[in-house]
Amino acid sequence: MKTMLKTLGLSLAAATMALAIPASAEDYPSRPIGVAVSYGAGGATDFQARIVTMVAGNEDMLGQPMYILNKPGAGGRVGWNWFAEEAEADGYMLSAYNVPHFIAQSIKGGVKYSADSFEPIANWGADPAVVVVGKDSPYDTIEEMVDFAKENPGKVTLSGAGLFVGHHIAALQIQKATGAKFVYIPTKGGGAAAMKAVIAGDVVGGINNLSDAFRAAEAGNVKILAVADLERNDFLPDVPTLKEAGYDVDNASVNFRGLMVPKGTPQDVIDVLAAKVPGMFEHARVTKRMKAGGSPLHVMNREEVQAMWAKRQETLSELLEGL
Amino acid sequence: MEFLSYFGGVFEPIAFMLLLGGTIGGLILGATPGLSPTMAVALLIPFTFQLSPTQGLILLGAAYTSTVAGGAVSAILLKIPGAPANIATALDGHEMAKNGEGARALHLSFMSSGIGGITGVLLLIFLTPVLAQWALAFGPSHLFWLAILGVTVIGSLDSKSFVKGLLSGCIGLWLSMIGYDDIQGAQRFIFHDALTGGIHIIAALIGIFAIPQVLDMFAKGRRKVAIETVEVPEHAIGDSVREVARSARPLTIGTVIGSIVGLIPGIGGQIAGLVAYDQSKKFSPNKAKFGTGHPEGLIAAESANNAMVGPSLVPLLTLSIPGSPTAAVLLGGLLIHGIFPGSDIFERNPEVIWTFINSMLIGQILMVIFGIAIAKWAAKIARAPLPIMASAVLVLSLFGSYSVQQSMGDVWIMLSLGLGMYFLEKFGFSAAPVVLGLILGPIAESNFVQGSMIAGAMYDGVWAKATYFMTGSLNIGLIVLVILSVGYSFMSHRANSKSPASDAGARA
Repeated sequence: MKTMLKTLGLSLAAATMALAIPASAEDYPSRPIGVAVSYGAGGATDFQARIVTMVAGNEDMLGQPMYILNKPGAGGRVGWNWFAEEAEADGYMLSAYNVPHFIAQSIKGGVKYSADSFEPIANWGADPAVVVVGKDSPYDTIEEMVDFAKENPGKVTLSGAGLFVGHHIAALQIQKATGAKFVYIPTKGGGAAAMKAVIAGDVVGGINNLSDAFRAAEAGNVKILAVADLERNDFLPDVPTLKEAGYDVDNASVNFRGLMVPKGTPQDVIDVLAAKVPGMFEHARVTKRMKAGGSPLHVMNREEVQAMWAKRQETLSELLEGL
Repeated sequence: MEFLSYFGGVFEPIAFMLLLGGTIGGLILGATPGLSPTMAVALLIPFTFQLSPTQGLILLGAAYTSTVAGGAVSAILLKIPGAPANIATALDGHEMAKNGEGARALHLSFMSSGIGGITGVLLLIFLTPVLAQWALAFGPSHLFWLAILGVTVIGSLDSKSFVKGLLSGCIGLWLSMIGYDDIQGAQRFIFHDALTGGIHIIAALIGIFAIPQVLDMFAKGRRKVAIETVEVPEHAIGDSVREVARSARPLTIGTVIGSIVGLIPGIGGQIAGLVAYDQSKKFSPNKAKFGTGHPEGLIAAESANNAMVGPSLVPLLTLSIPGSPTAAVLLGGLLIHGIFPGSDIFERNPEVIWTFINSMLIGQILMVIFGIAIAKWAAKIARAPLPIMASAVLVLSLFGSYSVQQSMGDVWIMLSLGLGMYFLEKFGFSAAPVVLGLILGPIAESNFVQGSMIAGAMYDGVWAKATYFMTGSLNIGLIVLVILSVGYSFMSHRANSKSPASDAGARA
């Protein structure tokens, strides 16, 4: 028994030492890589993160599997606080990001991170926000709804998934661009609860994810009036963008999802990840699953994401100023 | 009767193996503290990537059904409710186990789960179109009144004293306010990082129910009282069947409440068991026996929390709106196989959907069989000496609260709440109202705030909120129920304090 304990102790010590050796780029990665997801298991971000990381263990990819670590709470703040403060910057703990969520939260304050706390690796998805109304709604176009709101300030309620998420940003942008006054109703329970409020007629309309709204429209439960993006979406070729409708709303509310590491991660490790990860997102098995689930894929490399983050920081600071 | 023609799919070799595996695995996962049905289903989704849509859904459906029922095992034997659904099960179930009736409690719980569950799935099969409309009928004002109705239960639930019950409920409501408020963006009572996300209900459940009894067990050990072991007599299955057959009242109450509450998105499974427990107590001639190891409450609670499984899928399948966290995970499982829920899903993918529903029906039966098969062995846990029992429960509590979201913060929250509850129990406060307050607080609050915002947009003037919350037949009906419930608690409280004899009976 004693010898057994001793052996166990020795091997534990050996294992700890192996972990303590700093990662060098040549043999990176030499063990499985964690991906922290700031939302609960089964949510859209978690679900997509599991799909896009499923081929990481392939020889031609990273050669080591990725596992998901859920750190949900307070709209993502718990997970990103943890990631900024406590995660090791050695390349063995990545995190999924949601833009504009984490940038908007950091501008509003009360959190321990900002866009400068993290280094982006690559982007896998983009889900634009859309304006929806119930199937029996009197409005068939976005103009009709905006005109009504202009004549009746504070009478048009719009549901969305929470505060300082893409839906809220879109609502603020629409309000700013049209000059009409809407009442934004954040729901507890995410986009699904916000969609339920629209279908049940609890609210006049709502801002929701394109992917969820597309399914609800296919099922005949809602009408989609406009897309808050720069271009029309392949899923909805007949639905105009807000810009086409004449309102100055850009793609700041599009929900971008991707992977990042904490600031301080060795540059050579970042380079390995930045080189391999976009290819991983474009693997045939990944794209097939993403498509089947109705989750729009939008792969961007590290430089593109850096530019996107910087632009968001600027737009959102301006939009949220004085709010 | 279309569903009958798809029964063949369930009995195909691979499908049936998955169903068996899902049921047994689900029972084990459900019985593990800290692993809720939601997490069990989420963990299984990657396994379905390799399966056909039908097979994948069979696995997920079987796991969902049996984890809900499996939660009763740890609730009864260890007094650790695996999920909010099992709180009411722990109240009388654990007392029965302590009296050596663990096998009987497990038999009754699995059989009533099965009966409730099958009824729920049959409702899903026959009444889906009607029920979908009912699920949509509940807006913020109605959900607010429903939560208030739940709050009125607090005073009469598992408490010797009406006032202490209400006070415990208030503590729970306060605990529910901690954290970041999603609707107004306020940060409340966050004096430590671990509290940013609020108090996680499962960590709280484990702490509040399990830790006080662990401390009690350790305290007894210190006093060198002869180590008490409980005799666990065998319990004949026939007796249990006869007992369930005689318990029509709690079974009916549980099944009806579970089915109705299960339909309402956002509230569903969390409170079905507790409301059913409370109602069966109010309608029972043996009120005083509740909380002392009386099977009626157990039967009502377990039939309710499984009856809710079928109806909770109605809004998911027809409207693509998941009514519960577990249903949200199932939605992910459907989407990944390219199955988009909607009102025409029964025409578009009849084979997949009907096989899925049928497998839940067969799964309920398998669950009862396996549950009863393990009951005899599982119940022997009660024979373990106190020091071993206490250590085991403590380890499971630590493990369970950590595994909820891999956070040490949750472990500290669990331990602090448990320690606090230990002292509160010494002063005659009880755990169930605290937990009910913790669950209902956010539902009542968020729906009130949302309702107020909507009311301001819909109506003008100072009476806007009153108009929104107090008019309409559903609102009025719920308000009447609230008044009846408060009135009932008040009357029975007065009756109790007037006659010292019955008061002494309630305290015994």
